[in-house]
Order: sequence, then C-alpha cells, then structure tokens
Amino acid sequence: MAQVLSTPTAPRLSGAFRWLLRHPIWGFVAVVFIFFSFATAHFFDVQNLQNVLVQTSTIGLIALGMTLVMINGNIDLSVGATLALAASLTVDIMGWPVFADWGNWQLLPAVLAGLAAGVAIGALNGIIVWKTGVDAFIVTLGAMLGVRGLVFVYTEEQSFYAMNFAYSDFGASSIGPLPTLAVIFIVCAIAIHLLLSQTVHGRNTYAVGGNREAAVNAGIRVGPHMVVNFMIVGFFAALAGITLSTQMGASTPNLGRDYELWVITAVVLGGTKLTGGAGNIIGTLGGVLAIGILRNGMNLMQVPAFYVLVILGTILIAVLFLDKQLNRKGEEELRL
Amino acid sequence: MTESEPTLRLEGIVKTFPGVRALDGVSFEVRAGEVHALLGENGAGKSTLMKVLAGMYQPDAGQIVVSGRPVVMRNPIEAKHNGVILIHQELSLAEEMSVAENIFLGELPRRRWGFVDWKSLHERVATILDKLNCDFGPRTRIDTLSIAKKQMVEIARALTHQARIVVFDEPTASLTDQEKVVLFDIIRDLQRDGVGIVYISHRMEEIFTISNRISVLRDGTHRGTLETAETDEDEVTRLMIGRSLSYERNREAPDVGDVALAVEGLSCGRLFDDIGFELRAGEVLGFYGLVGAGRTELAETLFGLRRPTAGRIVLGGSEARIDSSVEAIRQGISLVPESRKEQGLVLSMNCRDNMTLPQIDDLTAGPFVSNGGEIAIYDMYRDQLDIKAPSWRQLVQFLSGGNQQKIVIGKWLAMKPRVLIVDEPTRGIDVGSKAEIHNLLRELARSGYAVMVISSEMPEVLHVSDRIIAMYQGRITRQFTAAEVNEDNLVQAISGIGPGSGGKARPIGAQAA
Repeated sequence: MAQVLSTPTAPRLSGAFRWLLRHPIWGFVAVVFIFFSFATAHFFDVQNLQNVLVQTSTIGLIALGMTLVMINGNIDLSVGATLALAASLTVDIMGWPVFADWGNWQLLPAVLAGLAAGVAIGALNGIIVWKTGVDAFIVTLGAMLGVRGLVFVYTEEQSFYAMNFAYSDFGASSIGPLPTLAVIFIVCAIAIHLLLSQTVHGRNTYAVGGNREAAVNAGIRVGPHMVVNFMIVGFFAALAGITLSTQMGASTPNLGRDYELWVITAVVLGGTKLTGGAGNIIGTLGGVLAIGILRNGMNLMQVPAFYVLVILGTILIAVLFLDKQLNRKGEEELRL
Repeated sequence: MTESEPTLRLEGIVKTFPGVRALDGVSFEVRAGEVHALLGENGAGKSTLMKVLAGMYQPDAGQIVVSGRPVVMRNPIEAKHNGVILIHQELSLAEEMSVAENIFLGELPRRRWGFVDWKSLHERVATILDKLNCDFGPRTRIDTLSIAKKQMVEIARALTHQARIVVFDEPTASLTDQEKVVLFDIIRDLQRDGVGIVYISHRMEEIFTISNRISVLRDGTHRGTLETAETDEDEVTRLMIGRSLSYERNREAPDVGDVALAVEGLSCGRLFDDIGFELRAGEVLGFYGLVGAGRTELAETLFGLRRPTAGRIVLGGSEARIDSSVEAIRQGISLVPESRKEQGLVLSMNCRDNMTLPQIDDLTAGPFVSNGGEIAIYDMYRDQLDIKAPSWRQLVQFLSGGNQQKIVIGKWLAMKPRVLIVDEPTRGIDVGSKAEIHNLLRELARSGYAVMVISSEMPEVLHVSDRIIAMYQGRITRQFTAAEVNEDNLVQAISGIGPGSGGKARPIGAQAA
C-alpha cells in the first residue's frame, strides 16, 4: 500500500501538487518533520521515530474509527472513557483467579472482554442515536460522563497492574525494525482505508453523511449503518486502551482523559468535515502524524507542556483556515 | 375500457398526517406503455402520492396493484424490486461521490466481502450515460456538475432496473431544451418497452406533447382522468383549481419615474456575466429564466451577499458600493428571498418580531427594545398588506404561505426601500393568495417603489411585469416590454435559441462544468 504511506514528493509534480491540495495536512507534516530534524539533535534518530510511531498509534487507532463516524455526520465523544474501561477490564480480568493456571492464555479472555466492552458501548451509542434521533454529540457526551463513572465504580478509583509480564513485554516488542504497536496501527489503517474506499459499506458511509435524504431514498438502512460505524469506533477505542496499557503494564481510571479531543483534532486536521460526507484515512493519518510529531518535537526542544497546548490550538485553527482558503468555491461565493 | 390488466392500479389510497388528510381515497391506473400525466396544485397531494408509490410512506388504507399483483412496499428498495422507480424533483444526490456511485446508490454491485465491483459498476453506468447522451463519465464527481447535468444523473437512475413504472416528478424543471429532447426520447423508449410512466409537471405544453392521459388531483382527492387527445388546457385547469383561471396580461401603462437602479456590465465569476439594465421607480421589472440562469445570484449580488467581479451598480444616480447586506439595506435595497422558510423568516419567532427584525437596533426605549414601537409597525403593515394572523404573538410557522410571504414583504417595506427585489414571490402559495400577492406587487409599483420580480412561472411574469428580462446561463438574452412579449419569444429567449437582441448566449455554466 504505497499510496497510504507515500509522502508528497511524488515524481510527477502536477499530480503531486493536486494530491497535496486534497491532503494539505501532508504538506504540513513534511514541514514540521524537516523543521524538527534540523532544530533538534535527536528527532531524526531511529529510536525517536519509533517512539513517535508508538505514541501516535494510540490516538491514531481511535482516529481511524472516528473518521468513519464523522464522515457519517456523527461524532463520538465517549472514546476516551471507553478506552479507560477496556484497559481496566483487560488488565483486571487477566488476573482473575479463574484464569490463574492458563499461563499466557489468560491474556486471551481478558483482551476479548476489553474489545467486546468497546464494541458494546459503540453499539449502545449507535442504537440510542438511531432509535431516539437525539444528536450524536449529546448521546456520546452522556456516554462520556457515564462510562467514565462506570470505570471509577469498577476500579474503585484504583489503578490495576498487569500481573502477567507477557502483557507489557508485548507493548515493548518489535517486528523487524518496527515496534509491534506501530505495526498494528499500520495494518489497521490499511484495513480501514480499504473499507472506506473500496467496500459498499464504506461508500455508503459517504452517502449517509453527504446527503442523508438521498441515502434514505436509495434504500440504505441509515440507522443500522450508523450503528456499525459506532461499533467500529468503539472497537478501536478499546484496542487503543489495550495497547496503551501494554505500554505501561497498568491501567488507571483516568486513562484516556481528553483523548476524544485529540482524536477529533487529528481527524479534522486531516480534512474530514464536521458536517459529514467528506474525509479519508490518508488525511486522518496526516492529522495524527502532525500532532504526534509536534508533541514529540516540542518535547525534545523542551518547550513547556502548557505552551505546547497553546501552539497546537493555534495550529489547528491556522491549518483549517488555510484549508478553507485553498478549497474555496471561488470569488463568486455567497458571503453570509 | 381496459382490455388487459394495467401495470399499476391504485385503489382508494388514504394517507393522513396529524391534522391533514393528504390523500383521500385516490384511485387511478396506469397502463403499460402509456404516459400518464398527474396534475394538481401545490398541496394537492401529488408528492405524498409519489412517496407512497416509492415506498417512503405507508398508506393508511387502500391497495397498490402492480401488474395484477397487490404489493406492499415498505421502503424504496422494495419499491424498486417491484419495478417502481421514482425520479425525484429535488436532487437526491450525494455531492462528494461519483456519478456512478450516485446512480447505483444503495445497490452498488459487490464482489466478495462487500468490496465494490468498480469494473462492472463503471461499465453499466457508461452504457446508461451513453444512452442519455451525457458528456460526463461515470467517475465524474457530482459537485463538479451543473444543475441540469445533476438532473440527468437523477434520470439515469430510471434505467438501472427492469422498470415497470417510472415516476418523473417535474423532471424538466432545470433542463435545457436539448436535454428535454433527450429526456422525451428516453421516455418514448421506455414506453416502447411497455413501461408505464407517471409524469408530474406544471408545464401544460409538455403534458399535452407527451402524455396519453391526464389525471388531476385536488385537495387529496382524484378529480378525474381525461384522454389527452380529447381535452384542452382550460378543462384541465378547471379540474385542477375548481374554476377557470386565465391570468390577465399586464396592460397598464406604468407611470414611471426616475431611474432607481442601473446596472452596467455586472459580472460574478461564472454565475453571471455582463448584466446591464435599468429599473425605474414605479415599474415592475420581471426576470425570467430557467433554474440556474443566474437570476437569484444576481439578486444576491445586488443585495451585497456576493461580491461582483466586474461592473457597476448605480443607485439613484450615483455609483454605489454594496459589499454587505447591511450596506444594501442602508442604501435602500431590500430582498425578499427565494426560500421563504429558510431565508426569509425565523419560523420560531412571532409575526411582530419577524417584521421588525432588520430595524430592531433602532427601535429602542432606553436600553430595551421598544415594545410599543414594534407593535405599531406590525399593526401598520398588517392593515396595509391585509395579513391574516390571530395576533402579533402568533409564530410565523403556523401562518399560511401567503401570509408568511406578506410578513416578509412587510418587513422590507418597513425599511422604506427604493428598490424591492422579490425572488419567486408565490412559490408554494395557493392560487387565491397568489392573486393577492400579484396585486400587491402591482400596487407597490404604483405607489412609487421600483420592483424587481424574479419568477420561474411564465404566467406570473407576464401578469405582473411592465418589462421582462430573459436570462439564459448567466447572460441577458433579451429584454421585452409588456407589449412585445409573448409566450413563444419568451421561451425562446430563456432557452438560448432564436433571435436574441442581446447577442448570442455563451453557455458559461456548461463550460465550467
């Protein structure tokens, strides 16, 4: 899948230029990548680049699912809480006495339970949005508060530590030159890219978000369709929770706070419209990398953490303004 | 009368909505290979009937029989599988997707594992587009097409299935004459294949050209079916509105004053080009053209909502710079917009607040809004325009279309404009109130306003205007006085054919698409 990972320096300039117009975020990624390579001593180290990939993968996994939901014209604010729930469940369940003599197999029911919890919360969000017609923003805002509450009830405000060291070893392992977590992210990205661009479900995702009435008229069952996408984002939130807890060998009830905001930031930076109907995984990948590189690079430059937030906020608005300028309908546009 | 079983038979279809009996026992039949025109005013129940046919609504009572077999259609896909295909009037397309994807929306051909079979999709769509003489391909994105071409995409959907019944809902609303010819050929092809066609349109001449029979709906009931060959427009109109209605042509000689608004060489990107005209106080100037001819965009530019790329606007003798609606209102231009409910009114506010909306800044008593001042303005225009509302507290969403439109007009009259632009003044308004609005527009001109009326209804333009400007694809093709205009030369002028004194029309829109 060369096209997923290709950088904007393709051989044919006009083609590359048009590609860049469609994915302006990749121009930005290239600029910050080059900037930090020169501005800091260690950014360009293999070790650090691996770090960037691993750090990016958590937000990135959720962003894959969020892209589908947002192209649908919905949003899911509950992903951070779902992440914490899945992480807590997984880390806790592997230590249950029932599985005590399962050896490393005890990871299997734990991981499956974590993923199932994510899918279930996604399904619940989707079904409520479908059946009640309440806006996804409100429904998932409720879920964000409620699920986080559940996490605290379940964990009794305690952090859990993974008793099976294979769990945290997995988080630190590599496949060839790439960290395993980065490989998982890349494989998932390719899969979702194919889903979105090549399958009937993926194309219907654009139709539902682009013109809901047209989708209904065409006989697409919009409700169940949206539920599937909510389940996908729930799955990825849970998967991100599991990969994040393997990195720490533990889970805390506060895990994933504000992640919904980072994910939405990345997806929007990648060119997905809040109103739905437009967006793609290549853009989302760019958005995720842009945030990952900025955070890592500024960290290396020892920019204080709070300033990093100020800079990221500014960049979000600046990039979207630039995008609007690049993609204006022309000078005859209606000015309201 | 029927020698064989009709392709489609409706038996006593009833559909009620809270407070409204939209369809009240409608029965009619469509034979194989006939074009059956369906006529009725706005609100007569045509679109409800079509939605029942397309499986979007379920009838409360009655039966739909397709080729002798009673069917229940719970959704649009089931309707399609029963061979009933609806071509929508409002474009039902997803803008950011390709032509091919839109034509097969909801039914993209699949390979294994839910992957789209692009090859077969594009081949099938290419064949259909060829048949329709379209100059765009299956991979073209919808948002790069002009409105007329989008309409062709919509029509292409009729050819994807083995159709038994195809319902065309106002298919020519935005088509050029050449495209109409193609459409009529398609319809004849479908006819020859034994497909039954239901054809909804307001354009009498089309209906008499293409249909075999005509059914008329009024107030949700079926008023009768006529053989096209044995009837005439007058009889159909009488069935439709319950009385004979012939619009008088406007014969008044206007008592015109000074030039209130002059426009020279006004252009806005590819929306319209080199527009020039004069509008005098005391006259009504009609703008007639097809959807997408650039009339609304011209009005929006005059009102400061779009920035012109070239040209001058002269107001009351001196050149004006209008770069916002605030500026337009200050300089005495008002716009009654095309879409009353979306652009003209705040539906959830009451009559008074809607009417005083543009001048609320000036209606103050100390730090507060002056209640008395607002009510005084509302009362004045309620009386002047004869607005029928129980009180100023009534929310405008509960008023009839005619009264809503009067609120919008009153709102702008209260701003004391010199130039009043009215875009589609009677869209979605019943016949009785239409006449009232028309009289009101004439009266406003008589009392010294310069009135610009944009309309897509020919009788309306002919009825209210002192002069008519015909537009085609962003250009003025011809200007008429009330004396020299007739239906034929007007139709020619807006289709870009025939002797245009305004020069040969260049199809700007087509080029850009």
